[in-house]
Amino acid sequence: MNVEAEQARPHSSLGAPALALENVTCTFSAASGGAQPYTAVRAASLQVGAGEFVSVVGPTGCGKSTLLNVAAGLISPTSGGVRVFGQPLAGLNRNAGYLFQSDSLMPWRDAQDNVAAGLQFRGVGREDSLSRSRHWLARVGLEGFGDRYPHQLSGGMRKRVALAQTLILDPKIVLMDEPFSALDVQTRQLMENELLELWSADRKSVLFITHDLEEAIALSDRVIVLSAGPATRPIGEFAIDLARPRDVAEVRMTRRFLELHMDIWELLKAEVLKGYAQQKLG
Amino acid sequence: MRSRNLGRAQLLFLRLLLLLAVFALWHALTAWKILDPFFFGNPLVVLENAGRWFVSGKIYPHLAITLVETVLAFGAGTVLGLGVGLWLALSPLTSSLLEPYIKGANAMPRVILAPIFAVWFGLGILSKVALGITLVFFIVFFNVYQGVKEVSPVVLANARMLGASRSQLLRYVYLPSATSWVFSSLHTSVGMAFVGAVVGEYLGSAAGVGYLILQAEGAFDINTVFAGILVLTAFALLLDFIVTVAEARLLRWRPTSAAVETR
Repeated sequence: MNVEAEQARPHSSLGAPALALENVTCTFSAASGGAQPYTAVRAASLQVGAGEFVSVVGPTGCGKSTLLNVAAGLISPTSGGVRVFGQPLAGLNRNAGYLFQSDSLMPWRDAQDNVAAGLQFRGVGREDSLSRSRHWLARVGLEGFGDRYPHQLSGGMRKRVALAQTLILDPKIVLMDEPFSALDVQTRQLMENELLELWSADRKSVLFITHDLEEAIALSDRVIVLSAGPATRPIGEFAIDLARPRDVAEVRMTRRFLELHMDIWELLKAEVLKGYAQQKLG
Repeated sequence: MRSRNLGRAQLLFLRLLLLLAVFALWHALTAWKILDPFFFGNPLVVLENAGRWFVSGKIYPHLAITLVETVLAFGAGTVLGLGVGLWLALSPLTSSLLEPYIKGANAMPRVILAPIFAVWFGLGILSKVALGITLVFFIVFFNVYQGVKEVSPVVLANARMLGASRSQLLRYVYLPSATSWVFSSLHTSVGMAFVGAVVGEYLGSAAGVGYLILQAEGAFDINTVFAGILVLTAFALLLDFIVTVAEARLLRWRPTSAAVETR
């Protein structure tokens, strides 16, 4: 068990990190002429090692999603840059899969066609992509649901389809933007456990955004705390030395979990209060 | 609420009963001379005239021409509207350049173009198709334009992250999304294509149901005019039904608001 926890630590010796944000600043020009431009993220740097599961926590509305969109290449930073396995990123991050917070499935495609979409875009033949799609649907526990359309599936099922849709392309990096925040607690814990299981099968580098500290600790190797917005930046980093494999529900009751929770919360609490005060003002 | 939900057969029966009642009222009013039968016709004669058209076969060539005009105008107008809608929605520069002209062309009462089309394309099918296209085009165009503008940004970003190229986005995201909007406009536009055909015929032609109506009107044969209207209405309902069936086939993925309506 201890060995596994050791392996899960940041890989500093194994060459370049899978994903590195370097001094990223994102400023959005205001829509109306007179208003001030809004700086969502200022001078933010963070790294995700190969095979590492990193969570980013921060108060709501602090620019977490902006960081993730920068890592995905969906928006380019005003200054600073992104490196993927040491190479500077230009355009979309082709090494990354992205699991969105809100519904991202194409409503006009049934589940198996949604999962097969990425293969289809890459020119894989229909028979081949559909059989692989069915295989992945089975892996996320949706065998036999291939012909259902998104509106015929529950929120949790749609998340599973989205997960299969991303993982079927075997991305080296997976970016997740509060993917389970819309689910009820039980479904959420099931999904978290399944995510850990899938992740431990072939260790991908994961950057997981959440506002839920418990979720972050339960899942991750490392937790990064962001300051309240605007001009968000990382203000603390915590290695999570809980043994793997973990059960997200059980691990929450261990003493080490509570210690970590207390340590991180001490830092996070001040930011949450700041964020709350700003929201009240705004 | 339960008691308000009628069975399918019951509903159909009541609808037919309503139709029958309207005809009976019409008959009573004209038979008792409360309404002058010279101006309001007589439903029995109207039905007889319509029946005679079908029995003698006189109506078929006219009906065929009107339907061909309608289908051509509908098809060409839809394809044009879809193409131009996609193009303008995806190129903001062109759309802002053309915006005032499109608004102007849409605001213009386009039925007034019928005489011009008759001069340009003659009294045959083409001038009616052209009129129908101008009516159908704008309905489809505005719906497609709106549909493309309202593609969910998350679905779009997701497709891009899954590796879709620009042309794949057009084919697999924009087009299916726009198609659902096109279908919501098809009921209106198939009616408009029909209007274009009949009005075109009415304003100058040598064949078609509109031409039959025009002729009967010239002879003050009000019963034949009503028979023409009756036939047109029946076929408008038929076209609408075909659209409904096609819609149910092609938009199987949509949450069934249609099912709620037809319940």
